[in-house]
Amino acid sequence: MGKIRGAVVIDTERCKGCNLCVVACPAGVLGLTTKEVNHKGYPFSYAAHEENCIGCASCGIVCPDGCITVYRKKED
Amino acid sequence: MTREEIIRPENEVYRKPALMNDVGMHYCPGCSHGVVHKLIAEVIEEMGMAEKTIGISPVGCAVFAYRYIDIDWQEAAHGRAPALATACKRLWPDRLVFTYQGDGDLACIGTAETIHALNRGENITIIFINNAIYGMTGGQMAPTTLIGMKTATCPYGRDIHLHGFPLKMTEIAATLDGTAYVTRQSVDTVAAIRKAKKAIRHAFENSMQGKGSNLIEFVSTCSSGWKKSPVEANKWMQEHMFQYYHLGDLKDK
Repeated sequence: MGKIRGAVVIDTERCKGCNLCVVACPAGVLGLTTKEVNHKGYPFSYAAHEENCIGCASCGIVCPDGCITVYRKKED
Repeated sequence: MTREEIIRPENEVYRKPALMNDVGMHYCPGCSHGVVHKLIAEVIEEMGMAEKTIGISPVGCAVFAYRYIDIDWQEAAHGRAPALATACKRLWPDRLVFTYQGDGDLACIGTAETIHALNRGENITIIFINNAIYGMTGGQMAPTTLIGMKTATCPYGRDIHLHGFPLKMTEIAATLDGTAYVTRQSVDTVAAIRKAKKAIRHAFENSMQGKGSNLIEFVSTCSSGWKKSPVEANKWMQEHMFQYYHLGDLKDK
């Protein structure tokens, strides 16, 4: 059976850096920026270890602002 | 496999619901309101009711709800959302009508409207966001504030001899003959969010089938009012709020 690979696209300008997606991710993919902020002044979420993403969409589901789009593909 | 090969429309598994507008929400970071808004938008979309839904927005943090979900909205005066919903539903029985209210709006100022609308069995759904505090106006004590909980207006904690007991509106609603479905949910984990979505769908379907009134309470966080980070607020809610406000269905006729 092929491995499942996932990827996330984050609307960083919409993100408020609440950290809920980082905590919800079971694969430790996401992190919050420490030195960068968006135009509202919030640190934002980014895929620090995207190679681990399994496309489970937990981050997208818990995001209160709907910033995250999740993709999933089975490796052939 | 490259990132470009994964990020293709056919591989998409989750995105912001189409009924949610692109305008940024004014809620504080990590606010439960955003998650509940998303669930409502998803359910309306799945039911194909986008053109036939009327939401009644309250006074409180969710006062701007009409800016975020692309359906018809009415703005009610403080606490009067169930009265307005009654009028909407009676005039347009084929519409899906719901109110969206916080605990200050529903459990304090609009207690009478809420209880009577539920008791009359109006075919509406009341979405009740309970974060045990008045969020928008500076975090003062609400009727739902927990015993001993510190807020802006009870800095030494809620005292039952002075302030009485926290009001369990959902338990009251469950005793009324007019209600069809009364449940208490939360949106703190992925599993809870999936369950909450099913509850919203069930309530909306009940109201369209004319089974009676429906109340869904969401035990929620107010990280700004509680002076906690969103993650700590969720933890505090699980440890304290769930002990007093027990999750689950109270009534399903």
